[in-house]
Amino acid sequence: MEPSLARYIWRHTKKQQLWILMVVLLSMIPYFMSFDLPKLIVNGPIQGRGFEQPGATQAFMRLHYNLPFIGDVQFFSGFQLDRKATLLALSLVFLLLVVINGLFKLYINTYKGRLGERMLRRIRFDLVDRVLRFPPIYFKRVKSAEVATMVKDEVEPLGGFIGDAFLQPVLLGGQALTAMLFIMVQNVWLGMIAVVIVVIQIVLIPRMRRRLIVLGRQRQLTARALSGRVGEIVEGIGAVHVHDTSNYERADIAARLGLIFKIRFDLYQWKFMVKFLNNFLAQITPFLFYMIGGYLVIEGRLDVGQLVAVIGAYKDLPGPMKELIDWDQDRQDVQVKYQQVVEQFTVDGLIEPRIGALTIDDPDPMTKPLSAIGLSIADDSGAMLLNRISLQVKPGETVALVSTATGGGEALAEAFARLNWPDSGRVASGADDLLELPEAVTGRRMSYASSDVFLFQASLRDNLLYGLKHAPLTSVPYDGAAAVQHRWNIDEARRSGNPDLDIHSDWINYASAGASGPHDLFEAVRRVLDAVVLSRDILDLGLRSSADLARHTELARRIVELRAALRTRLEHEGLSGLVVPFEPGAYNKEATIGQNLLFGAAAGPQLADRALAANPYFASVLRQAGLDRTLYEMGMEIAKQAIELFADLPPDHQFFQQLAFMSAEEIPAYETLLQRLKNRPYETVSENDRAMIVTLSFAYIEPRHRFGLLSDELMGKIVAARNRFYENLPHELQNAVERYDPAKYIAAATVMDNVLFGRVGNNHPDAPDRIRSIVYDILDELGLYGELLDVGLDFNVGAGGRRLTNGQRQKLDVARALLKRPDFLILNRPLSALDQRMQDKVLRNVLEEARRDGQSPAIVWVVTNPAMATMFDRVVVFDSGQMVEDGTHETLLAGNGIFKELLS
Amino acid sequence: MLLKDEVGMLQRVPLFSGIEPTKLKLLAFTSDRVNYSAGEILFRQGDEGDAAYVILSGRADILVDSDSGPIKVAELVPNSIVGEIAILCNSSRTATVRAASPLEALRIPKDHFLRLMNEFPEMTIEILRVLANRLSHTTADLIDARSTK
Repeated sequence: MEPSLARYIWRHTKKQQLWILMVVLLSMIPYFMSFDLPKLIVNGPIQGRGFEQPGATQAFMRLHYNLPFIGDVQFFSGFQLDRKATLLALSLVFLLLVVINGLFKLYINTYKGRLGERMLRRIRFDLVDRVLRFPPIYFKRVKSAEVATMVKDEVEPLGGFIGDAFLQPVLLGGQALTAMLFIMVQNVWLGMIAVVIVVIQIVLIPRMRRRLIVLGRQRQLTARALSGRVGEIVEGIGAVHVHDTSNYERADIAARLGLIFKIRFDLYQWKFMVKFLNNFLAQITPFLFYMIGGYLVIEGRLDVGQLVAVIGAYKDLPGPMKELIDWDQDRQDVQVKYQQVVEQFTVDGLIEPRIGALTIDDPDPMTKPLSAIGLSIADDSGAMLLNRISLQVKPGETVALVSTATGGGEALAEAFARLNWPDSGRVASGADDLLELPEAVTGRRMSYASSDVFLFQASLRDNLLYGLKHAPLTSVPYDGAAAVQHRWNIDEARRSGNPDLDIHSDWINYASAGASGPHDLFEAVRRVLDAVVLSRDILDLGLRSSADLARHTELARRIVELRAALRTRLEHEGLSGLVVPFEPGAYNKEATIGQNLLFGAAAGPQLADRALAANPYFASVLRQAGLDRTLYEMGMEIAKQAIELFADLPPDHQFFQQLAFMSAEEIPAYETLLQRLKNRPYETVSENDRAMIVTLSFAYIEPRHRFGLLSDELMGKIVAARNRFYENLPHELQNAVERYDPAKYIAAATVMDNVLFGRVGNNHPDAPDRIRSIVYDILDELGLYGELLDVGLDFNVGAGGRRLTNGQRQKLDVARALLKRPDFLILNRPLSALDQRMQDKVLRNVLEEARRDGQSPAIVWVVTNPAMATMFDRVVVFDSGQMVEDGTHETLLAGNGIFKELLS
Repeated sequence: MLLKDEVGMLQRVPLFSGIEPTKLKLLAFTSDRVNYSAGEILFRQGDEGDAAYVILSGRADILVDSDSGPIKVAELVPNSIVGEIAILCNSSRTATVRAASPLEALRIPKDHFLRLMNEFPEMTIEILRVLANRLSHTTADLIDARSTK
């Protein structure tokens, strides 16, 4: 990147800079005209000069100029206006000038702002573009939070400066020069004094600012290091807690903040010091004028008029000078920031832009062997990971790389994936150096998965399909306002040097997954998920989440059929006792009283959990049904029992998990409440306290809590209250609850709850597991298995995929590599988080899946256990960076080498 | 059966007889009430021990695997506790328990049981007493068996 900020700005904005300069100069004309006008108005129409005779008129807008050689030329003789009309006309001109000046200012500021923002966009994009092209080794040394803060924060002030970069010095310099000339004209000697002081300012102030620049640089570096450390704490939070080092981290952060404070404080001190000096120098000039000029006047060598004119002219000088010096300070500030960032982003061995160039059409398959030729790779410390290895992998061949701890098999796999660059020798596809091939070839015809998985914070589906998103393949039709916006997006992107690729286009390359479009892609997805044994996990996720009905319409459409099938199946197996279904006219004993009353899923906060008892409409329904008092008494009884049982347990006791009514923290509050309300007649209890107590009864399930509080009569009343609740449901609550309806899908509930449409009995410990496997069976029978898998794929994997287990992440990575059906599949200890049995199973599945439909990709697999090598055509053994054995499994087994040793 | 009836049942289990009723009530409340029909398995020999069971009503058989199939070694009646050994020793189940009639039981999860022992020494001592009794019976049986050989 351009090391000088000024040159960078000039290169990309010279046309705009010149244009804005012209506009500013043009805007000077009305600006100075508006200075002169008030005098004209006061002297002319108001004081009456030129209107001495009644009825006198004056010419308005007479255009005449005194041109050299030609003499006075009149272009327009003007309108003759009397005194009042002139006043009106001149005032209107004044108003017009105000508007014109304002519009100029608006245009100039907008233009400058836009110019700055475009430049900022360009710089940020350039920086991220560079990050995408850094060589892999760079990322071992840099903290991601530091890069992010450079792109986001450190270049931010540049935006504000760019509009003024060239304009300000030209304008202010011009003003200062004019003022100086004016003084000179009045009196040369006094002018010389002003010049000397200005020269001192120009020489001295920047010198003093050198320290400011040094401090500014330190401030930037320490702030960047701080954000790096904060990022590290967030990423390593587990290690912090495991080792009780949170106070060490506190100390470190406090020390850094102390340093930053000191630097910033020094900076302020210097800044204000410089300012003081600057102001002092500016004020010393009039002092000299008064003293020396006054002396000269007394001596009679200077006349008073001249002195007053000089002092008058001087007042126009300090303003522009000061602003000019401020501008210079800004310039140095952003220049330092810019340089600091550019230094960090100037890296040797940047990947050529052509390697990552956008390629729409799929490249031809890689039919030539992949080979390492005299390949050596050293790590950062210089230790040899691979020492002059030569090896060829033919298309279609399956190779197991068996490696001792320091063997180097992993480094070879990384070299094949271009993640580790050779120190000497090369990796080649046929005769081409692999590093010279465009990523469009290696990224589409080769796949790589390793134990070190990175997932983006998005849905499982997005992560799985990520490996297919190489280029925008469709052009999205836009119309109306969207089309205008789209056009604007493209224009603006181009103006800032950004690419105009449409993120909303369909980027998924269906063909490479063996599909023809979105409709049959799912088959391929399902196959790879089955191969890595991840489907079951995703189904579980699907059951536990609520489905997006806009996408999964089939599930909602066939919910009645599903529920019926479940009932039939349970009856058939004699398990109907496991699930108690919801029936609109009956009390469900396995559900809470609250669920029985509401008989629906709360879709908003108004009727959810604790808010239910406090809801005025709900309370009124209870009152009408004659339940308010009963439930209050029940709540009192529950509070009494719960406090008796739990009051003397420490708040972190695990038994509290069993207490559904209240949390450990709430016990003391309920204890005092109980004391206060005991023996108090119901009528005198406040609404708030009633709600607190009634809420407790809502969590009660008779078969689970067994307090013996539920009678047949009460159950009947609750069902009646339920119907009453829905009969008069006020308009504002219509969307706060979705009533349970045997014929309707409940959007706010999970898929499992929807299929069950009831509650699993409390008194069978393995009921949930048995039900789940029955539900899977039924979904499969009804052909809804795929739909549920699709619901599961909506699951958001969290930052870095941390909502998944390590094993799930690794499986997903392998599935992603398989999905694109590569010619070379490189797997680098891809399943290390799984147990050996599961690894073997996935290995077998993957080998089979990779060869589906007559494909025969080459597979290079760095195995975690030498026993896994039996399933490969060829086994290559590495030890201490050397390739020590190479042959079929049988021949190596027959030999007496390291492989045999490793196996035993 | 309500919580207070369960407490009454628990009090009749020798292991718990020395514990205050309020603590027994807590134990009952935090345990799961489970139902089995005849022939259903509570747990199998070799499974990991994760809970003890107190039989509230019904009967269950204790079966031990042998070469000639499972052999019934004992029968459980109401008020008896089963499965506590595997919890204490962290070992796997030494026998299979199968419901012989419709069965109601209280399932006490392992960590609850251990927690109770921590907090109520009287219960721990009671358990020790029961175990020691069993040991002395077993020792006596062993001596008998040896002497009759």
